[in-house]
Amino acid sequence: MNITTLITQLTEVILAVIAAPLLMGWVNQCRSWLQNRRGAGMLQPYRQIRKLFHKDAVIAAHASPLFRLVPYVQFASMCLAAAIIPSLWTGLPFAVAADTIALVGLFATARVFLALAAMDIGTAFGSMGARREMLVGFLAEPALLMVFFTASLISHSTSLPTIVETLAHGRLAIYPSLAFAGVAFLMVLLAENARIPVDNPATHLELTMIHEATVLEYSARHLALIEWSVALKLFNYTCIGLALFLPWGLAAGTHSPGDLLLAIPITGLKLLVAGFGLALIESLNAKLRIFRAPEFLATAFLLAVLGLLVHLLLGS
Amino acid sequence: MADPNPLLYATLLVPVAWVAIGLLGLVRGRSVLWVGRTLFPLGALAGLALGLVALASLGAPTESLTLPLGLAQLAFHIRLDALARFFLLLIGFTSTGIGVFSAGYFRAGEGTAPGLLCLQYHVFLASMAVVVIADDAYLFLVAWETMALSSYFLVTTQHRLPEIRRAGFIYLLIAHLGAIGILLCFGVMQAGNWQFTFDAMRAAQLTPVWASTAFFLALFGFGAKAGLVPLHVWLPEAHPAAPSPVSALMSGVMLEIAVYGVLRVTFDLLHVQLWWWGLVTLGLGLFTSLFGAVFAAVQTDMKRLLAYSSIENIGILFLGVGLSIIFHAFHMSLLAALALAATLYHCLNHALSKSLLFLSTGSVLHATRERSLGKLGGLIHRMPWVAWLALVGTLAIAGLPPLNGFVSEWLLLQAFLFTPDLPHSYVNMLLPMGAAALALVAALAAYVMVKFYGVIFLGQPRERAAREAQDCGRLERIGLLWLAAGCVLLGIFPVPLLALLNNVSRGLLGASLGTQLQHWWLLTPIAPERASYSPVVFMLSTVVLVAAVVLGVRLFYHGRIRKAAPWGCGFPLLTPRMQDTAEGFGQPIRQIFEPFFRIQRALPSPFDTSPHYRVRVEDHFWYALYAPIAGLVRRISSLAGAVQQGRISVYLLYSFLTLIALLAFVL
Repeated sequence: MNITTLITQLTEVILAVIAAPLLMGWVNQCRSWLQNRRGAGMLQPYRQIRKLFHKDAVIAAHASPLFRLVPYVQFASMCLAAAIIPSLWTGLPFAVAADTIALVGLFATARVFLALAAMDIGTAFGSMGARREMLVGFLAEPALLMVFFTASLISHSTSLPTIVETLAHGRLAIYPSLAFAGVAFLMVLLAENARIPVDNPATHLELTMIHEATVLEYSARHLALIEWSVALKLFNYTCIGLALFLPWGLAAGTHSPGDLLLAIPITGLKLLVAGFGLALIESLNAKLRIFRAPEFLATAFLLAVLGLLVHLLLGS
Repeated sequence: MADPNPLLYATLLVPVAWVAIGLLGLVRGRSVLWVGRTLFPLGALAGLALGLVALASLGAPTESLTLPLGLAQLAFHIRLDALARFFLLLIGFTSTGIGVFSAGYFRAGEGTAPGLLCLQYHVFLASMAVVVIADDAYLFLVAWETMALSSYFLVTTQHRLPEIRRAGFIYLLIAHLGAIGILLCFGVMQAGNWQFTFDAMRAAQLTPVWASTAFFLALFGFGAKAGLVPLHVWLPEAHPAAPSPVSALMSGVMLEIAVYGVLRVTFDLLHVQLWWWGLVTLGLGLFTSLFGAVFAAVQTDMKRLLAYSSIENIGILFLGVGLSIIFHAFHMSLLAALALAATLYHCLNHALSKSLLFLSTGSVLHATRERSLGKLGGLIHRMPWVAWLALVGTLAIAGLPPLNGFVSEWLLLQAFLFTPDLPHSYVNMLLPMGAAALALVAALAAYVMVKFYGVIFLGQPRERAAREAQDCGRLERIGLLWLAAGCVLLGIFPVPLLALLNNVSRGLLGASLGTQLQHWWLLTPIAPERASYSPVVFMLSTVVLVAAVVLGVRLFYHGRIRKAAPWGCGFPLLTPRMQDTAEGFGQPIRQIFEPFFRIQRALPSPFDTSPHYRVRVEDHFWYALYAPIAGLVRRISSLAGAVQQGRISVYLLYSFLTLIALLAFVL
């Protein structure tokens, strides 16, 4: 590891952490526009986080230390995930330590800790949220893994930067398997980030909540960290999707400063488009009943498996 | 034969020491001070010695020895190769933790007297060690049966309860069905030479038909011991019945011994001849693991839940064995070694983490006298030691990085990624689908473990017993700590252990991952550009990041905290009973996987004055497979009952007729 790769690695993580609430703000702003509202502006998540950090934390009297630890674990895992995902460029020395399977494991760890924290207070809503969160997770996780498997079979590697380099440098071929994988990934993205149609991030109606129910008891700095890590998670997933399925413009395999600098505005632009697309999907769809969510996710899983099968049948 | 290594004698000494310790337990059988505080720690020490000796000699050459004991024509043969040493290591290190825990756990006045229990426990340990080092069918079966019997007596410690006697009976029945399979398997493998040493079996030439017969008999026999579906029915009955250290030993060690048996027969004695053996094993393993995970999610008894989780893990182990057989049969040795390494690693993982969890349920049971998940809760406040150590086991079984469960899962998934290279046009398409199922099982395991941990240790106590629980004693803490430390160490430093496992795969497959493991901190099983994982870096960066975020928040903002009542969403009458029960937490799984279960449900009508909700979730196999067989047996035995007249003259007549028949046969 030399100093350049260290700098690219650190820059990438720091940019991700800083830009993540902006993406969240942009998606919310787009949703407002699509719903004929003025919206609170793209910077609203930053204001929210700042406000929360300044407040006093209110914690349930019988919360255990686990409950207070979880927001930090959440935030740290999402930062680590950002360090593996080639959002801007593929020169990521940390990615050696964790490949795509470890990335899926990292997301799973974060989810398990969140579910445990939700059960810690012992209210009906907390444990209901934990149960639903795990329900969504146990179907979304294998689907995500299968998407990565398809990509790994194409590039003969499970290291995410290597996969992206192969896909970015490959002849401009269309991989039919990746088409299936792409749709499956989009469905996983929606489910894992608690977006419509699986969950509604804006809901405060208890019976329909999934993610919100798990964080119901958090306040102040803990909530700030959770909100931030939620934004970071959305950012991470979007970047995975862009890197796997639309890798153009990424600085793949090069270290020339020009390419690296150019990658930042290109990725920014792609994120803006992706954020608008996400807002569009959310505005055009209604939330599913919770009982239908497993069907939605099973479809994602089957599509991912189908992508794998298509790859094996066609060899591409 | 070369002069045997002193370590060989040290290895032999440990089972002898265990039997001696057990016998000493009879001297003052009712004294907890003698049995609990002296003998059990001694047994644990012997286990530690066994583990260390096995660890030190894992790379040593194979050694064998003929003991001056046994039958007239067949002395006991003993052989220590890398495979045997690895399993000795597993037995040794796991039993260390369980032994120390048991020292604090067993008390007088709980069923069998402590001294007798001590004898059964240590004989059980010794027999497992002998199974692993036996080198002839006779010694193997003697040890195998001793293992089954001693564990049967351990399961039925509380023999005054009828349901425990029933559980013990089912266990004994299936154990013996399995033993018949193994006996017949050895009978086939001696190939008409009437030589029952394993050396003769290694050399015997079997036709594919007979080799397959032997393989399937072995799969049946060892599968019955391991709990392969549909022979799994004894596990969820026996585990709740047995005292927790015994459950830990049976689930953490004995099930792995069954996997040892499959490995020994398939790779060492039969030399893997046909690739489709692997396919069958893999298929059975996949179904077993999915079955176990789905059933674990709907259990309401904490030990039954863990028993089903063991079934799931056994499925994963057989899946690894199957994958290894397939790769080996197609001469892809490096990949076979990868799958084998994953399997063995998972054996050790499961031994440590499942023992840890079973022991922690033992502590919970002692503290609350309650096994039902729906009556526990909030124990993290009253029993912090048990709760935090159990968290390690929970995360390990759930297969989350950077703990040990993830390492074997990672290796197995890596092995699956190579299945498209298999030179068989259907198999290379079908097998990657297995990876999908494995991923599903792993994700379900996380669901199950969140349920297990969340309902027992988190939330608020649902009943008074849980509110007044006491944390476990010092010896129990040490036992739990030992196992938890093992989980963490195996999770963070997989490379040194995998380097040792190379000795096993070199012995069995003639190939190893040796050249691939160059850095101690970086796991690169096939090639660095193909896949790499570094748990050390992973763990360190997580810890550093968490610490940095905590400090950063403190530094830039503040650490003020106010305690308040939890928010009740405006509902004023929130009680601990409104938390999710085990029943409720498993409900989504019950709904999604409905065809798996046989559900009987009684819903209350709206007009009931005292409404009751009853649900029974059962196994289809009981009714579809076991009940018809039991009925048949009963019918046959009632027919045979006709000869039972109860008069001595009739029985004398039978003897007379038998003698006449025999005489006619001889003459």
